[in-house]
Amino acid sequence: MKAPLTKYRTGSWYEATGRERVAGLLDTGSFTEFIGPEKREVSPHLARFDLPEAFDDGIIIGRGTIKGREVLLAAQEGRFMGGTFGEVHGAKLTGLLRYARGHQDAPRVVMLLLDTGGVRLQEANAGELAVAEIIRAILDARIAGVAVIALVGGRAGCFGGGGIIAGCCSRIVISEQGRISVSGPEVIETNMGVEEFDSRDRPLVWRTTGGKTRRLLGGADAYAEDNIASFREAAINLLDRIPAFDLDTMAQEQARLARRLEKFGRCQDTPEIWQAMGIAEPDRIADLPDEDFDRIAHAQKEANHDAR
Amino acid sequence: METLEIRRTAAGRAPGTKGHAITGVVASGNLEVLLERVLSDTQCEVTVKTSVEGFGDVWRAVIDDFVERHSPGGLRISINDGGARPDTVSLRLAQGVRLMEVDG
Repeated sequence: MKAPLTKYRTGSWYEATGRERVAGLLDTGSFTEFIGPEKREVSPHLARFDLPEAFDDGIIIGRGTIKGREVLLAAQEGRFMGGTFGEVHGAKLTGLLRYARGHQDAPRVVMLLLDTGGVRLQEANAGELAVAEIIRAILDARIAGVAVIALVGGRAGCFGGGGIIAGCCSRIVISEQGRISVSGPEVIETNMGVEEFDSRDRPLVWRTTGGKTRRLLGGADAYAEDNIASFREAAINLLDRIPAFDLDTMAQEQARLARRLEKFGRCQDTPEIWQAMGIAEPDRIADLPDEDFDRIAHAQKEANHDAR
Repeated sequence: METLEIRRTAAGRAPGTKGHAITGVVASGNLEVLLERVLSDTQCEVTVKTSVEGFGDVWRAVIDDFVERHSPGGLRISINDGGARPDTVSLRLAQGVRLMEVDG
């Protein structure tokens, strides 16, 4: 009897587990896992803290096909320890990226299904090193011509080192539920005070870090509805629009960031930015249905640069 | 953390040919169940690592019920538990044997 895996395509990306996302994103039955849970490569640190381990250390890596094209893929499980980068978790992702770069017969595309709060505090040194290694491995892979595509729309968001990792990818797909940032809302509030940033103010958190904001500013390259099929479609569409990774792109990106700071640096909240960008009814962006929002995002020059 | 080793004799071999399967996530109130077809036809071994101590009797009762209902002979079952309720454990175990029936 065949598993009815296609049912996962209709499901919410946000609600799905890492394994459900993998099954639904790839062509049905095409996934082969590397270092699967039966290998029991668990964290060497969590037992010291009397904390439960996961057999895959919260990340699933492997290869499969997406609309017939070979890809490598890594999916974080945001519900296990907040999808955090521990020693084994990070090493699995680094190894996958190095495989993409180092082997000519390896797929030339890596999909990163990021769902992470950043470094795992219980293995902080190993986690920080892992994030640095992953960033280096992504850049090396891109230099070698590999496309690295980040997909962000999970429960944990994409914070800490994960936010930097996303920024290093060739392309980013995000949904409204997705969030990308480095310091998370609670971290900012703890360090700077509630007057600076109220982490319990959900609309503020989403206006600042959420998918619509990232997409409109050009910090993400495609917008997906919160279902697995929409992420799959967005990822397939991006496969043929991978920007060059060269000095010219970097110079353009630097110039673009400088212009952004100049134009929007004094804005106190995102609707002011949307107003400055000439978007009609900037206060309504948060309430727009996905389809209407996507149309506005596509029409914005600012949102559609190769230099992110 | 508490580790429990529970060995049972099942009425028969678990259906299917799949070598291993995993279901669930280690999170608060949830658990992951890894199943491997590595034992002889009527043996079933369950290893539980749980963050909530002192519920050995409940675990044994849930697993006795599971072995009786699903006859998971031949399976070594490894559980990482984040404090799941007994009904969640039963559900995950049932999902696990169902996944072992699927090819591939």
